[in-house]
Amino acid sequence: MELFIVILYATIQACIPLLLAGLGELVCEKSGVLNLGIEGMMLMGAVTAFVVAVESDSLFLGFVMAIFAGTLMSACFAFLTLVLRANQVASGLALSIFGVGLSAFIGLEYVGKPLQGLENFFISYLSEIPLIGRVLFQHDIIVYLSFGLFFAVHRFLYHSRLGLVVRATGENHDAAHMMGYSVIKIRVLAVLFGGMMAGLAGAYLTLVYTPLWSENMTAGRGWIALALVVFAAWRPFRLLVGALLFGFVSITQLFLQSNQGFLSAVPTELFTSLPYLTTIVVLVVISVAQRRKNLSVPSNLGQVFEPR
Amino acid sequence: MAFCGLFWAGQATADPLKVAFVYISPIGDAGWTYQHELGRKAIEREFGDKIETKYIENVAEGPDSERVIRKLASSGYDLIFGTSFGYMNPMLKVAKRFPKVVFEHATGYKTAKNMGNFSPRFYQGRYLSGVAAASKSKKNVIGYLAAFPIPEVIRGINAFTLGAQSINPKIKVKVVWTNSWFDPGKEAEAASSLIAQGADVVTHHTDSVAAVKTANDKGVYAIGYHSNMFKHGEKAQIGAVIHKWDKFYAKKIRQVLDGTWKSSSAWEGINEGMVDFVVTSNLDEKIASKIKDLRSDIVSGNFHPFTGPIHNQKGSKVIGAGEQLDDKDLLSMDYFVKGVEGKVGK
Repeated sequence: MELFIVILYATIQACIPLLLAGLGELVCEKSGVLNLGIEGMMLMGAVTAFVVAVESDSLFLGFVMAIFAGTLMSACFAFLTLVLRANQVASGLALSIFGVGLSAFIGLEYVGKPLQGLENFFISYLSEIPLIGRVLFQHDIIVYLSFGLFFAVHRFLYHSRLGLVVRATGENHDAAHMMGYSVIKIRVLAVLFGGMMAGLAGAYLTLVYTPLWSENMTAGRGWIALALVVFAAWRPFRLLVGALLFGFVSITQLFLQSNQGFLSAVPTELFTSLPYLTTIVVLVVISVAQRRKNLSVPSNLGQVFEPR
Repeated sequence: MAFCGLFWAGQATADPLKVAFVYISPIGDAGWTYQHELGRKAIEREFGDKIETKYIENVAEGPDSERVIRKLASSGYDLIFGTSFGYMNPMLKVAKRFPKVVFEHATGYKTAKNMGNFSPRFYQGRYLSGVAAASKSKKNVIGYLAAFPIPEVIRGINAFTLGAQSINPKIKVKVVWTNSWFDPGKEAEAASSLIAQGADVVTHHTDSVAAVKTANDKGVYAIGYHSNMFKHGEKAQIGAVIHKWDKFYAKKIRQVLDGTWKSSSAWEGINEGMVDFVVTSNLDEKIASKIKDLRSDIVSGNFHPFTGPIHNQKGSKVIGAGEQLDDKDLLSMDYFVKGVEGKVGK
């Protein structure tokens, strides 16, 4: 039982960077823009957060500047794809590669520097509930914020007028344009939101999860977040489930390895590859045209909007 | 004309020996590359203006490294050290093209007429660190996070376990594979999972300081690796298994300078000064002196960490009492000894 609580607790922390980056990308893709640059934006957020926190001694400032750095990266992407109408896939990949290189360059002097990470914040009363309190209410403040953001995004997309407009833009940009909405403006804002969230996700890694900087520190989490959006079939709730599931699998396999149970016969590499396998399956399913509607893929995802 | 001028200039002054180092990662302030950089600085001090050194950091294995090594060889470097396993084949290719340049490659297994290789006997330090770790463990469980199941890593785990069991036969060493040399996030997760499973001492065979840091945060002990990671875990770190390169580099430079260099495969340990175990916390006096004695016995050759009786995980005998594993057995080690919990990932 004790072990199970520890696993669940670790699962929640492991899912946070994926959830944050995934939510940002979800809103971005709902508006019809495919941004493959999450990894790059996360890395820029991560390095900025660390450098600022070390230099200013303020974790808060680190988070703020990380969000700013992520937004700045996504602004480059928005300018290229939405204003200059460049190809989204190519621009997104370029953004990722750019972020990997630039963050390594910026962080060169900071590799291995020590930093005191964010303390946990126990919610009084709630954290004393047996079991649930231990699993849910003894985290750092960013964990609570992430779940707050999850509900906010869900509410925004499905229970607000602006959210409806965002979704409409992704479904049919010509129709949204006819209705008098500025497709480009909406998409730019959605892309910027994606950048903010990716920046925050990166900051979580360097300021909370493992408070240190090293090159390529996200280790592919940006790509996993991207895969999770597909895995979730563009629905926030499934995204949360997917992020938790991925966190759970990646944590549990560490526990299984050194135990002699029946599951330890499964190679660890298989567990590590599970989310990617699922994503491939989902991609195959949605490529069957009829199913596209059921899975709620934004119809105009990745398409360049040219006002007529 | 210009070419002649250069040629004469080269002949007139006593040319310093040009030595280059190729590093896999940024230098930082702890870790594999950092230790090599310490070695480079030491030889610079030792040889003064007799040599001229240069390093190139953060060179990816594969085609990138071939380009970098070729550039160094063609721009007049006489001796080139490559410090990562994956530089082996690129270096070999370049070595064939530049027969007058001397190449030295770390941790590989291929050599050529003008390319030698070198590797540390980490297991000696691991054995000593096992003794120290076992003396601090109250729950008799030690966590070991490791990158990949290759002989070098397995050898370290086994030596560590044998060392730990030499003072406490009840010790269990739980192994978790991270399947990556460098992923601080995953290393922290793995360390946490080991601690949650009862490990009160943690050590690692991965490249970041995350394990020591996590141990420090969770209030358990840790053994650092590569560098002394004391400042990342002041409460946690008992000691660290470290590698030092100054003596080896100096030896090779001297050989090249006086023309006696020959291609060889060096596998050096505490004796030659390539590996060591530094103690950074207060150990019980008896343990501290035991480690000191063991260390000098290893240096003098009176003690070999892989001395029988050794049993494998399933309990069957590998070697009997008094027997020793030879280098060939060690280099191809692919099993865990008794007391290790985990699988050699096959």
